[in-house]
Amino acid sequence: MTSSAAADNGATGGTQISSGFDIDAVRADFPILSRTVHGKPLVYLDNAATAQKPRAVIDAINEYYREYNSNIHRGVHHLSEKATSLYEGARKRAARFINAADSCEIVFLRGTTEAVNLVCSSVGQSIKAGDEIIISHMEHHSNIVPWQMLCNRTGAVLRVIPINDDAEMDVADFEALLGPKTRFVSLVHVSNSLGTINPVKQVIDLAHAQGVPVLIDGAQALPHMQVDVQALDCDFYTCSGHKTFGPMGIGFLYGKKQWLEELPPYHGGGDMIKYVSFDKTEYNDPPFKFEAGTPNVSGVIGLAAAMDYMEKIGHDNIQAHEHDLLVYATEQLSAIKGLRIIGTARNKASVVSFVLDDVHSHDIGTFVDHEGVAIRVGHHCTQPVMQRFGVPATSRASFAFYNTKQEVDTLAQALHKVIDIFGA
Amino acid sequence: MTELQELYQQVILDHNKSPRNFGELPDAPAVEGHNPLCGDNVTVFVKVVDGVIEDVKFKGAGCAISKASASIMTTLVKGKTVVEARELFVRFHELVTEDGDVDPLVLGKMAVFAGVRDYPSRVKCASLAWHTLKNALEDKTDAVVTTE
Ligand SMILES: Cc1ncc(COP(=O)(O)O)c(C=O)c1O
Repeated sequence: MTSSAAADNGATGGTQISSGFDIDAVRADFPILSRTVHGKPLVYLDNAATAQKPRAVIDAINEYYREYNSNIHRGVHHLSEKATSLYEGARKRAARFINAADSCEIVFLRGTTEAVNLVCSSVGQSIKAGDEIIISHMEHHSNIVPWQMLCNRTGAVLRVIPINDDAEMDVADFEALLGPKTRFVSLVHVSNSLGTINPVKQVIDLAHAQGVPVLIDGAQALPHMQVDVQALDCDFYTCSGHKTFGPMGIGFLYGKKQWLEELPPYHGGGDMIKYVSFDKTEYNDPPFKFEAGTPNVSGVIGLAAAMDYMEKIGHDNIQAHEHDLLVYATEQLSAIKGLRIIGTARNKASVVSFVLDDVHSHDIGTFVDHEGVAIRVGHHCTQPVMQRFGVPATSRASFAFYNTKQEVDTLAQALHKVIDIFGA
Repeated sequence: MTELQELYQQVILDHNKSPRNFGELPDAPAVEGHNPLCGDNVTVFVKVVDGVIEDVKFKGAGCAISKASASIMTTLVKGKTVVEARELFVRFHELVTEDGDVDPLVLGKMAVFAGVRDYPSRVKCASLAWHTLKNALEDKTDAVVTTE
């Protein structure tokens, strides 16, 4: 990707790997990477589905359960105070990770799906028939279905930014959709099935010029690039912790303070209130207003460890290494006869989706698995993308900073075997 | 035979490349099946006369396992009674989902799918056409979605 375009869209950092990046040492931090599958060394190329966890994350969760397990916020005993301080410390950690102005702008929840549903439900309370919501053709189902449900309920209309044959959106198409009826824009930062990095900064600026708030789905951006929510000026930003080298079942929603104060709550329950009686309930301040019930404390602590870990590796190193992998994988895979890459945007994260002539992706997935290679096959929860490109499914290799060029070679060799067996 | 060759036996590769009874039957209802896991779909056409499956065809896009399974299924049920075809459905279902011995004599050509049970993610592929056929025989024309 070009660094100017990248910086413009929330990604910063050069392309020089600093001498501190030692791939062998990095791999040694991830216990699972040394295991074998079907007798072959594991080659894990399904990072867009979920990333592996470094020892620091596994240890942090372990330590919490061994040393501090207790409920947070209302306890007066030692363990609860310790757990609360770890939990609230993680909130500050997350705020620093995306450069939020205030840690009260971080709401912990299960991940991007829950974050979109929260915003959709709270924003949705003021949506009326005829209002319009804009998304793109490359959204994950989690950024389509909640809005569709809202539209069905209210009579609002979902408008979709088209994508071209290279899987890029044109900002002019967005501008054409943006109008006096537009109430909300929800856009994916990095597409999980295509790798496209969207021009989110331009979209946000255009929407704001019309007074329209914007949510950015950051599920696939945060694992790869440094994001600065203040520079982007987005109203909401989402994180799926498990894709960002953290534990399963935890993530967060960033929301500008003013929005979190203004919006009605999502779930009702404990912790999200200041005072409850049968006559009247007074809600708590953000972020607690949106965190009803006992949260996933160990998950939050593990996620903080993951963010520490990523920053220790360094965003510049991550971006430079992944850029090399993307270029190499694109070359190696394009050289395979009958292979077509789906998603050829100029500005792309390290995701390569492809189809092979005459071999269904499901068969490819099972075959390469027997060579130890884990890739994703299917529609990747983006069925409209499959419809757009006229394919039932794709195979997808998605890379993280711990992957290597040798692993790309192993995938390419496995694909050659598939072709031999299915005798194109 | 390696586990993988057990799954992708020559017979399966052959049916994948040249599926039998592939096409449409204009005078029979079209019943669709979808596999939400991979987005595959199959359409089955069955012509039943006096309780006997006089003709059967299928069309659709799918992986080798699902295509071969549909193809072999059509060769097995053609000429059978509806009752016999339902019985075959049950046998097939057991074959791909349950542990225990497989009697090759009872199963005939189906036996090549015995490897599928070791691949839970592929059971749906193998059974999609069968579930669709079952619906067609029960005159259910809503699309089948395999969920097992
Ligand atoms: C772009 C994108 N958005 C949203 C999601 C949903 O994230 P989660 O399942 O963690 O809620 C994913 C996960 O696959 C994704 O890739």
